[in-house]
Amino acid sequence: MNDNLVSPNQRSGKLAAFHIDLPLLLGLLALLAFGLVILYSATGQSEAMMKAQIIRLGVALAVMVGVAQLSPQTFRRWAVALFSIGLLMLIAVLLFGHVGKGAQRWLDLGFMKFQPSEIMKLAVPLAVAWFIASQNLPPKLWHLFVGFLMCAIPTLLIAKQPDLGTSLLIAMSGLFVLFMAGMSWRLITFIALLVSAFAPVMWFFLMRDYQRQRVLTFLNPETDPLGSGYHIIQSKIAIGSGGVDGKGWLQGTQSQLEFLPERHTDFIFAVLSEEFGLIGVVILLAIYLFIIGRGLLIASRAQDNFSKLVAASFILTFFVYVFVNIGMVSGLLPVVGVPLPLVSYGGTSMVTLMAAFGVLMSVSTHKRMLANV
Amino acid sequence: MLKKRIAMQDIAAETRLFNSRALVAMLVVCSLFSIILLNMYNLQVRSYQDYQIRSEGNRIKVLPMAPNRGLITDRNGILLAENRPVFSLELVPEQISDINSTLAQLAELIVISAEQQDDFLQQVRQQRRFNSIALKERLDEEEVAIISVNLHRLPGVTVEARLTRHYPFGDLFTHALGYIGKINTDDLRRLDEQERLPNYAASREIGKLGLERYYEEQLHGTMGFQEVEVNNRGRVIRVLRSVPARSGQNIRLSLDVGLQLTAQQTLQQKRGAIVAMDPRDGAVLAFYSNPSYDPNLFVHGISSSNYNALLHSPDRPLINRATQGIYPPASTIKPHLALLGLETNTVKPDTKIWDPGFFTLPNSDHRFRDWKRGGHGWVDVYSAVVESCDIYFYDLGIKLGIDRISDYMRQFGFGERTGIDIHEEASANMPSRGWKRARFNQPWYPGDTVPLSIGQSFWTATPIQLALSTAVIINKGMMPTPHMAAELSSENSSELIQPKLKPSVSVIDEKNWDIIADTMVRTVGTLKGTAHNAFRTASYTSGGKTGTAQIVAIAQDAKYDADSLDERHRDNAMYIGYAPAVNPTIVFAVAVENTGGGSSTAAPIGRQLLDYYFSAGVNADE
Repeated sequence: MNDNLVSPNQRSGKLAAFHIDLPLLLGLLALLAFGLVILYSATGQSEAMMKAQIIRLGVALAVMVGVAQLSPQTFRRWAVALFSIGLLMLIAVLLFGHVGKGAQRWLDLGFMKFQPSEIMKLAVPLAVAWFIASQNLPPKLWHLFVGFLMCAIPTLLIAKQPDLGTSLLIAMSGLFVLFMAGMSWRLITFIALLVSAFAPVMWFFLMRDYQRQRVLTFLNPETDPLGSGYHIIQSKIAIGSGGVDGKGWLQGTQSQLEFLPERHTDFIFAVLSEEFGLIGVVILLAIYLFIIGRGLLIASRAQDNFSKLVAASFILTFFVYVFVNIGMVSGLLPVVGVPLPLVSYGGTSMVTLMAAFGVLMSVSTHKRMLANV
Repeated sequence: MLKKRIAMQDIAAETRLFNSRALVAMLVVCSLFSIILLNMYNLQVRSYQDYQIRSEGNRIKVLPMAPNRGLITDRNGILLAENRPVFSLELVPEQISDINSTLAQLAELIVISAEQQDDFLQQVRQQRRFNSIALKERLDEEEVAIISVNLHRLPGVTVEARLTRHYPFGDLFTHALGYIGKINTDDLRRLDEQERLPNYAASREIGKLGLERYYEEQLHGTMGFQEVEVNNRGRVIRVLRSVPARSGQNIRLSLDVGLQLTAQQTLQQKRGAIVAMDPRDGAVLAFYSNPSYDPNLFVHGISSSNYNALLHSPDRPLINRATQGIYPPASTIKPHLALLGLETNTVKPDTKIWDPGFFTLPNSDHRFRDWKRGGHGWVDVYSAVVESCDIYFYDLGIKLGIDRISDYMRQFGFGERTGIDIHEEASANMPSRGWKRARFNQPWYPGDTVPLSIGQSFWTATPIQLALSTAVIINKGMMPTPHMAAELSSENSSELIQPKLKPSVSVIDEKNWDIIADTMVRTVGTLKGTAHNAFRTASYTSGGKTGTAQIVAIAQDAKYDADSLDERHRDNAMYIGYAPAVNPTIVFAVAVENTGGGSSTAAPIGRQLLDYYFSAGVNADE
């Protein structure tokens, strides 16, 4: 039994000492490298922005390695505390938050501005997993109920900022824990029906005008080609005109002449599609699929339920980011402000994501010690 | 031990459960990725053509380039209509964050009227995006300098240079050249109907009047374009393809600047018109209507106060008297009627008629008077024309009858447009029985024929018609089509306007033409001739005929007294002439309103015109 547990570490050789999962690292590095190539084109060859992004990547990688050094038990111990702090901060944001782009998302800590919702991206799955894993699986109904509550409270607080996209993603990350824990299919069906019944209520009472507009535009972008439909039309033109082999790196007319809005952030996937074509898209999706597959493998090989649930939730949330972003850019989903993970130009969310991958690496590499406990 | 095994079994069950969920998750991930790929296949492979076209449509814009308008010169190549650069202050609203503050800044630098601001703001609402809109046109040099120095702090503001029309001789050629003006909705509709609209994509102006309008198609030229790559803000990144505009054709006119100036000087403050042409080909040598006005006012849009002044001036400067001035031809048509008399054998060259000073119709005691109190005594066809005897023609007219007069005079071009190369032309009126029936629902009375026989009452003619009818006499029945354009030329080709002559008046006896021409030469050359005084000292021979048209009827036995009449009711002076007497090279008509007699006012003007014509050698080489 012990031999079995030791073997992964032996295969990873020296990297094991730094708690690095080699396949995951290689997948991430491939993604980051490809991302930088696209970003160089998407920023209009801005060296300043490339520099900023590379520095951020360095920081994010350092955070990942740092987090990987901590054992899953540490996360388990800190889960509740992190969740509570995050919750307090969300309340603080609503009371004295900084308003930017029409929404209250930032908390000014004096030395830096900070989005507490980023903490919750990690804290919600950790806390829900902590609670569910403290019982035998599958969870009982009232455990599930408490789990739902732990998802719902931060979700509603973030939705109130308003940041519907992030709040839904955080709700998802918690629900993934419940799903992986073995919530019964009957209950899942029931909840799905409940949500679809709830949708009209949401449309009329919870959603803001701009959010409704986004959904309407998504359903028929051509009705408002110069207004809110402009983004999605230009994005589809960029993707479609890329063809199979693309227009070539730095040669995308939609991207380079700035017909494509938000080209280096939310719509960077369209830049890739235009310049590298379907071939580029397949390569990117293959890298993502590899990372997600590796993540799920790490989760299923993890030794304790907490680690399994946390790892699976993180990697599935990562997938949701990818899917929502690509779906939005290619016109399958309404426009919600979700960046393409680890490719889009951007700050905090990248560090948060890499911290999550740090947790995955920790889960993947701390088994022997766990066995020895 | 048992407890531990249960725990172990639980762990195994939990692992199985988790792994099955992980498998489900992986399947969902794969199927959603497949949906993405399927969608990508749809966009990038199946709809590739469609999106490719839309992408090109985004980035490629076609910028039309206006051609340079053809120049117009006189017969000697002196520029009459040229293109000069003008500078205008233009703004691109999309590149300006706060239009009102930019307008305020500009108003501090140069004078911008409230009207200009309002016009501009209205255009901002109507124009396409990323089009530059003129705030102030025709900047002077100082304004250009002031704006240029401050451009760096005025984003979205530019000083644009473009060519615009200029007429260096001002009012001298207005009624011939016309002018160009801004394209309006009527012009757009006309261009659209003629399927010429696409060629005007970059043009702002169009010929509105005169030759500028008549030869619009030739003068305008062919639009060029640039195919450019633009970014999302409409800024041009690079030029992909360029097709230069082709300038319009230059037009050389047969008009002569010197003769035109002479015409203007001789008319001075008088209202009237002078038309001169070469009888051999219809080439117009002088074409002047007085008073005139400066066509340059119209090029940039005339102000309403200036326009109202022109429109409501009692002198009616906007009317083109040369082709639209409708005058009773008066005695100038006596040679034409004499020809008809000879041709119909109504009179013979030596037939004599007694002129007691008045004429009465049978069964009527109404006296139609001669202009000369006491009459001319015995007159034949020569003295009747030379001395302009009215009684001879009253008698002739009654003998000929309205139908023969009307039909024959029509062959001289009366009552018809001459077809000169401008659109502003009136047909005037050659009356007939049918015309009077239609116009007044009355039959034609012999009493109508009497004044008609001396070119009065219902008979009217334009100066161009009178000049043309003189050319028909000179050409022995051949009528040329008058034209001001002599030659159209582009960079590598030129085309002379071919004279168009058509047989118009036919005679039985060719000698009658010589008799008629002779009466006109005697009018100038013999002592009793009404034009003798004016041409007494001339160094050349010529023929002519005076005319004095009554504007108001003079009561029976009352004496015409110019001083007692309102100025506008005084007689019109008319003169038609040709020179030299043998093989003439010029025919002309003079009409002067409300100035008195043909021999005292119009003939001296004809004299000055011919003096210049021969001394300057206009048309001499031809």
